[in-house]
Amino acid sequence: MTSADFSTIVPEFLLALFAMGSLVFGVLAGQDKVARTLTWVTVGVYVVFGVWIGFGVPGGETAFGGMFIDDAFARFVKALALFSAAGVLAISVDYMERRGLLRFEFPVLVTLCVIGMMMMVSAGDLMALYMGLELMSLALYVVAALRRDSSKSSEAGLKYFVLGSLASGILLYGASLVYGFAGSTRFEDIITVVVSGHLPVGLLFGMIFMLAGLAFKISAVPFHMWTPDVYEGSPTPVTAFFATAPKVAAMALIARLMFGAFGQVTADWTQVIAVIAILSMLVGAIGGIAQRNIKRLMAYSSITHMGFAMLGLLAADANGVQATLEYMSIYVVMNIGVFAFILSMERDGQPVTDIATMNMFARHQPLKSVALLVLFFSLAGVPPMLGFFAKFVVLKSAIEGGYAWAAVMGVIASVIAAFYYLRIVYYMYFGKEGDLLDTRMPMAQWALMMGSAAVVLLGAFDLMGLDTGAQMAAAALVH
Amino acid sequence: MQNLLSIITFTPLVAAAILALVMRRGTDETRRNARWFALTATSATFLISLFLFFGYDPAKTGFQFVEDKDWIFGLHYKVGVDGISVLFVMLITFLMPITILSAWKNDRRVKEYMTAFLVLEGLMLGTFTALDIVLFYVFFEASLIPMFLIIGVWGGPNRVYATFKFFLYTFAGSVLMLVGLAAMYIEGGTTDIPALMNHQFSTDAMTVLGIPVPGGVQTLLFLAFFLSFAVKIPMWPVHTWLPDAHVQAPTAGSVDLAAILLKVGGYGFLRFSLPMFPVGSEMMSEIVLWLSVISIVWASLVALMQTDMKKLIAYSSIAHMGYVTMGIFTFNQQGIDGAIFQMIGHGFTSSALFLGVGVIYDRMHTREISAFGGLQKRMPVYAGVFLFFTMANIALPGTPGFVGEFLTLTGAFQAHTWVAMVATTGVILSAAYSLWLFARVFTGPMVKEALKTVLDLDLREKAMLYPLIAVTLLLGLYPAIATDIISPTVAELVSNYHASLSAVAGQ
Repeated sequence: MTSADFSTIVPEFLLALFAMGSLVFGVLAGQDKVARTLTWVTVGVYVVFGVWIGFGVPGGETAFGGMFIDDAFARFVKALALFSAAGVLAISVDYMERRGLLRFEFPVLVTLCVIGMMMMVSAGDLMALYMGLELMSLALYVVAALRRDSSKSSEAGLKYFVLGSLASGILLYGASLVYGFAGSTRFEDIITVVVSGHLPVGLLFGMIFMLAGLAFKISAVPFHMWTPDVYEGSPTPVTAFFATAPKVAAMALIARLMFGAFGQVTADWTQVIAVIAILSMLVGAIGGIAQRNIKRLMAYSSITHMGFAMLGLLAADANGVQATLEYMSIYVVMNIGVFAFILSMERDGQPVTDIATMNMFARHQPLKSVALLVLFFSLAGVPPMLGFFAKFVVLKSAIEGGYAWAAVMGVIASVIAAFYYLRIVYYMYFGKEGDLLDTRMPMAQWALMMGSAAVVLLGAFDLMGLDTGAQMAAAALVH
Repeated sequence: MQNLLSIITFTPLVAAAILALVMRRGTDETRRNARWFALTATSATFLISLFLFFGYDPAKTGFQFVEDKDWIFGLHYKVGVDGISVLFVMLITFLMPITILSAWKNDRRVKEYMTAFLVLEGLMLGTFTALDIVLFYVFFEASLIPMFLIIGVWGGPNRVYATFKFFLYTFAGSVLMLVGLAAMYIEGGTTDIPALMNHQFSTDAMTVLGIPVPGGVQTLLFLAFFLSFAVKIPMWPVHTWLPDAHVQAPTAGSVDLAAILLKVGGYGFLRFSLPMFPVGSEMMSEIVLWLSVISIVWASLVALMQTDMKKLIAYSSIAHMGYVTMGIFTFNQQGIDGAIFQMIGHGFTSSALFLGVGVIYDRMHTREISAFGGLQKRMPVYAGVFLFFTMANIALPGTPGFVGEFLTLTGAFQAHTWVAMVATTGVILSAAYSLWLFARVFTGPMVKEALKTVLDLDLREKAMLYPLIAVTLLLGLYPAIATDIISPTVAELVSNYHASLSAVAGQ
């Protein structure tokens, strides 16, 4: 390890040190009593790292002989993952504390997970990719089962573990095929194997297997079956985490792998992604209709959104990647806002998840309702909210890539999905009088919910640099 | 003034934000404040828009008061008006204070109600002034949100069904337009409406899913837009959301729906379909003309059989909008002039009729025609006003409806004689249902006990209805005030349309 290599991975290194340090501190300092402080410190650390990585001097360097790439793309995604993890932790503290779930391991595990994400989006090599992905996944398996005494949570953790390991196995098998046929694990070597024409069949198989493994992580159809159950079973803060940062990182990894290693044969993978994207959009939209549990509903919602985000990759150019990154950023903002509210849904101090409990919420909590109205209409893709612009840019990329039919399926799915988002608005604004939700909402949740609603609404006037950031990131990925 | 259009568009939106965020809710005093604030804001918008009306130079074609600024995602915030849109802006700003007045008596969540109307006004103004296709779509779709809430929160007993139907119909209709917009952006390389009007979209034949599509991209784009506007205007057979929405909507909501929201459909045909996809329009015109005729005759027949006053007027709106689409797709000067005039005139007439129904609904809490009879004895002023607007709805000479229907029928006669002949029966049918409605409600003996204590129009109701009578008479007796503005722009539209058709034919 040379000093140049080391200076490239300083953020990951420091974050790993922080994770270890907080683990030791937690054990020595009497365990769960410090959990609250530790979580807030972790939030602060994420924000500092996010600003540092996101607004620091762009590197464009590689380390360890190309295994680790620190370009604008990686930095953009890392900053996004850090900010969203910080947001999720901030809205979770109060919920977990009141339910006796706030163990000091939680922020530590989330930190390890974030390091995994940072590793994988920087991967320039199949080995590095797998290491990062597994670090992230292992931490996720544990947090899904965080509530040990609840059978649902344990089931969620186990289910995610079994299916996740299977997906990792598939990915690893694909990676070994790619290695076997390309003769190298480094992306920049793989890409030179096929400069033009079609992939050799072995490489094609390897690529498809890897794509399948990664599609599992973003819960794209047909690898989505775990999503509703795990979302429902896991403690709600964990669900919020599942819905945001890991999705961003895995989506970025798909882009990284496809453009980094298979960037010369875009026609071979765009058609696969088109099919996955269409299925995800439709299944997410139709599956969500019957859901009464808001966590399951958000699971289907995230499946649909992942389908839309993938539409951006169909153009197979920098504009398309930019569209996907913008989509993911906006998706994360909306989800943090919505989950901040879901975490505050209580009746008589007990958490509730049935959407009918929001009956007439608007009459008693007008300001919160307006914020939720904005967020749900944005998820549905209704202008002038940012969710619409996100959809517009990915649809445009899909058409640009010659996949107009995928775009048409996408808008059909968005009409179907609009129904279940509207139903929530329906309960809030024109439902029946009945038992009300508690009005209690901790400061952090309130601030993040209002903040994300404001961003989603005011973003239509000014994006505050998101598009330039995403443009630089996309330009770094696609040469 | 440089930013006049933005000022007009954003005055109601800023007022809405102030109302939503600053004003408190709950007490009688705050309710009164909210109403007065909304009335002031809408009236101020109307007064500002007078600068636009008198500043607009009808002699010039092309867009005036244009503003162009950079916006997010590489798009442009570009607004401007031409002879087609300037009158719609005036229609909206004129009607909104009247809408607010008609919503005066509502006591349920007044602040939110007023906010919704202010937001709606801003968004509709944006829709008619936008000169960027994405900006247009943003305003167009966003206006669904306030209307969804107006019907859903303040509507009648079956409001949830009606509002979901309204939202999903319109949303489903317009998402294909979104795909079309993206495709236009890619093919035309810009989202600028004036630039796209000059862009020649490809007409090379192509196959989609094995089906040959003559006219190629233009036909596909035309269809993507057509569905959206046909739902909005609405045209048979995608009209069924409108009667439901009207019946369940509160009076003020019905007024805006009939007078303003429906007009977006007709405006869309003139702004997008004709200038941008002439080949597609020409190819589909026969079908659209016959659909228009079906709308006219079918909706008129259905209107005859209605027992609910609002539903009757809703169907009569569909019939009148049939003349609009028929006029537009004749592609000649009279037809399109007449279509625009018909839309403006119908904006005033239908809103007055809905207000009229609201007047007796407020008193009797029913809209069933059979619950009334002989009202003219107790409410002579109201009967007179309603008779006037009934005549306007029939399109008697001297009212704007006559000008509009006469011009569209003249245009249709030149383009397609059979269509014009069948459509003319609608004139007779409209007289039948309108007069029969009047007869059943106002004439005859007053047998219903409940009606014997009913009071005539009060000051607020007169303040809503009298300005509408004045404008209706003005437009009916002196139509040139509008046609002088409309004609030059339409003349250019028609000549460009035929020029690009012959250019394609010459290739």
